[in-house]
Amino acid sequence: MAEGISYTVYELYKDLTQTEVYGQTLVELAKKDERIVALTADLARSTKIGVFFDAFPERAFNFGVAEQNMMAAAAGFAISGKLPYVSTFAVFASMRTAEFVRTDIAYPNLPVRIIATHAGVSFGQAGTTHHCTEDLGILRTMANMTIVVPADSIETAQFVKASVDWPGPLYCRIGRGLEPLAYLEEDYGFKIGKSVLMRDGKDLTVIACGVAVLPACEVADELTGEGISLRVINMHTIKPIDREAVIKAAEETKGIITAEEHNIIGGLGSAVAEVLAEAGLATRFRRLGIPDVYSVIGYPEDLYHRYGIDYEGLLRAVKEMLGMETKGEQ
Amino acid sequence: MERTETREELIYSLQNKATDLRRKIIELAVIAGGGHLGGALSAIDLLVVLYYHILRIDPKNPRWEERDRFILSKGHGALALCPVLADRGFFPEELLATFNRLDSPFGMHPDRNKVPGVEMSTGSLGHGLGVAIGVALSGRLDRANWRVYCLLGDGECHEGSVWEAAMAAAHYKLGNLCAIVDRNMFCIDGPTEKIMALEPFKRKWEAFGWNAIEVDGHDFSQLIDVFESLPPVTSPVPTVVIAKTIKGKGVSFMEGQGAWHYGGLDSEKERRALEDIERLRPKSKLRS
Repeated sequence: MAEGISYTVYELYKDLTQTEVYGQTLVELAKKDERIVALTADLARSTKIGVFFDAFPERAFNFGVAEQNMMAAAAGFAISGKLPYVSTFAVFASMRTAEFVRTDIAYPNLPVRIIATHAGVSFGQAGTTHHCTEDLGILRTMANMTIVVPADSIETAQFVKASVDWPGPLYCRIGRGLEPLAYLEEDYGFKIGKSVLMRDGKDLTVIACGVAVLPACEVADELTGEGISLRVINMHTIKPIDREAVIKAAEETKGIITAEEHNIIGGLGSAVAEVLAEAGLATRFRRLGIPDVYSVIGYPEDLYHRYGIDYEGLLRAVKEMLGMETKGEQ
Repeated sequence: MERTETREELIYSLQNKATDLRRKIIELAVIAGGGHLGGALSAIDLLVVLYYHILRIDPKNPRWEERDRFILSKGHGALALCPVLADRGFFPEELLATFNRLDSPFGMHPDRNKVPGVEMSTGSLGHGLGVAIGVALSGRLDRANWRVYCLLGDGECHEGSVWEAAMAAAHYKLGNLCAIVDRNMFCIDGPTEKIMALEPFKRKWEAFGWNAIEVDGHDFSQLIDVFESLPPVTSPVPTVVIAKTIKGKGVSFMEGQGAWHYGGLDSEKERRALEDIERLRPKSKLRS
């Protein structure tokens, strides 16, 4: 544990998954804001929105295994002045219901909050049907949609609080497991659309989101001992992306690596590449993520390792870009 | 003081209004360079009884809290809905001259952010009833006494999402929801019963837990009776009105012709269509 940590915050979040934090934070907000309603499609327990169902049964709606109808109904709540929080697995939120999200929510620009859990390969052992490595690419092409990928439970809580007054539709993707915390405190100034400089550095930049943020920070800390200064940016908002931070990273450091729990096509890496290309900035650039394959079955940590978005994978990628020797690990 | 309208006068005025609006649909299709004429003409009598007799709305305050909500789930009915909204005063009728043109608020499917009075942006089928579920649940949460009406096409009921919504409406006991199906017997590629059979249609709705009522969708007397005697919004059962209609109703060369789902009119066809429609105009105003 680093110096200066707020023990209260750490104790509050260390044993909670992102999904649990989401549910509990929403319950707290709903006590003050009667507009908040919660919707799920037979996944109240799995998405941990069950706490809301217990606290506010009259404002909680289970639609059974019928996600399309749930998304349409969320739009109906929104045009009636409510603030619907919709919880289901990312694979269903982004693909099963894609046209409902696009036509009923994004197109009319309605304040529906889609909380997509079990995103990426975080439900690894459930197999490829339950992985979701396409959602950022799909949702990014929906106009009006804002997309957030919190790095940990603390950031999830900050996002949920910030989401209440956000004017348009939101898509937030979180994992399912007890991921270690990337932050030490709550008061780091979370703002939708503004990235967080986790580590400053001049040699290279890792732009990460979600579960890749913490290992990127650990790599930066490790490399400090070798005289290398690595910048780590937590790009928690994929859209609208923080262009300024990307451009600064290209101008002030000697290369950029992106890291995400998503297909390297269409997600964070693509968004960063678009900013670089349009700014006319040539720099060494590499995207880490799922390399346009269907992710295999396995526990999430093993999959993060396989696809090189854990500590070892990020360390290796950084060293390769710096032309340093790497150990012969896969 | 306003004199109480007799039932005969009411039927006369609705029929007269429906004739006016059928003419406007034809004229708008000419302006628009074509349109969903078949389904607009099958649904217009339903829209007239709702917008001129049943719905509590305030055109000067389109988002009035206490209004009844109407969702056009068969969004391709915009050719019928937009002239109705204009005539009711939601926006100046002249604006319809831009229909289908670059940057127009009006196109083949209605946009809630561009057209006052449009409750929900629709066009993709199988969405509106689900949206209506959310609206009805919201109304119940607020203990409101307004009702949600949702007009679907019959071909639209091929969509599985319609039946997801049908299940939810019964499960949540949404007596404040009234679905209406424009049962004109056609989808784009032909008769519904040939493309993908819907019958026994009424029994399907009943099996899903709905109060299902069949009605002649062009008979104002029947339509007034059905909509005036809907169960109270607090009732535990949603109602579906299956309105038996004729695709292209009122224009001889369109009636019952699936090919007129979408079409354009040259000046000769326009003339003949308007001539046919005039024949529907009630003969003389009855006086009490």
